[in-house]
Amino acid sequence: MPEQELPKLYLYRRIVQAKLFIDAHFGESIDAGDIADEACYSKYHFIRTFKSIYGKTPHQYLIAVRVEQAKGLLETGMPVTEVCLSVGFDSLGSFTGLFKRRNGSTPSAYQRERLARQRQIADAPLSFVPGCFAALYAGTQKSNIREAP
Amino acid sequence: MITKMNHTSIFVLDQDSAYDFYVNKLGFKVNTDAQMGPKGRWLTVNPPEQPDLEITLMGIDEKMMFDKDSAAKMRELVAAGTFGFGTFLCDDMYATYEELKAKGVHFKKEPAQEFYGLSAVLRDDSGNWFLVE
Repeated sequence: MPEQELPKLYLYRRIVQAKLFIDAHFGESIDAGDIADEACYSKYHFIRTFKSIYGKTPHQYLIAVRVEQAKGLLETGMPVTEVCLSVGFDSLGSFTGLFKRRNGSTPSAYQRERLARQRQIADAPLSFVPGCFAALYAGTQKSNIREAP
Repeated sequence: MITKMNHTSIFVLDQDSAYDFYVNKLGFKVNTDAQMGPKGRWLTVNPPEQPDLEITLMGIDEKMMFDKDSAAKMRELVAAGTFGFGTFLCDDMYATYEELKAKGVHFKKEPAQEFYGLSAVLRDDSGNWFLVE
């Protein structure tokens, strides 16, 4: 890598470490100050640089991670209140509101829909596989696709 | 006329390991993970911002697409790094590079400015490589 890019990479590395810190600690009570400390930055400069790279402030990114992680936990069947607390929200009301704004459905409705899909996959897996692959799985074709006449 | 692609495949040596690589390291989303009995496992993922493209992580084995000989040849070719299956787009090259390096992803080529733009090349856990732009 060209030598003139090294200082830039050094800065990047600190911001990336802060992003990875959020990824690992989203369930805890953290704020931009904690994250800036992690990156060894002044709070203002850190927020500006973070946003220039990820398109979101650290706080916005933290919320996005929490909501995304909540989706994964809801898919395991974990009760909504437990999911809310596990991903770092204090209030079920604000969690439900944020979740609905971002995903178009409440956590409960999302969970019902995803669990129903999981049951459908378990009951009729072939219906989730595109046609020719489904035929291979079902054993109606014995070998690879042949050239059309 | 053909309008879009909605499924494509990456041939992988081990589906559990590929799941870890594409989901936990690259951040892809699991779309469908279906156990198909003796025919194996239908495992598809979406790139994080592309929910309408399913990438099948297709195990190279005798369960579905390959016979014994072709599976052995394909496994050898994939492990040797023969195949480049596509290009992944990222929002910030250096941040992406630093994050994936921190997660243990191997890069065949570090980010560099080429005549076609800033790009890097990563290698998946099987040996398949992808341009990152």
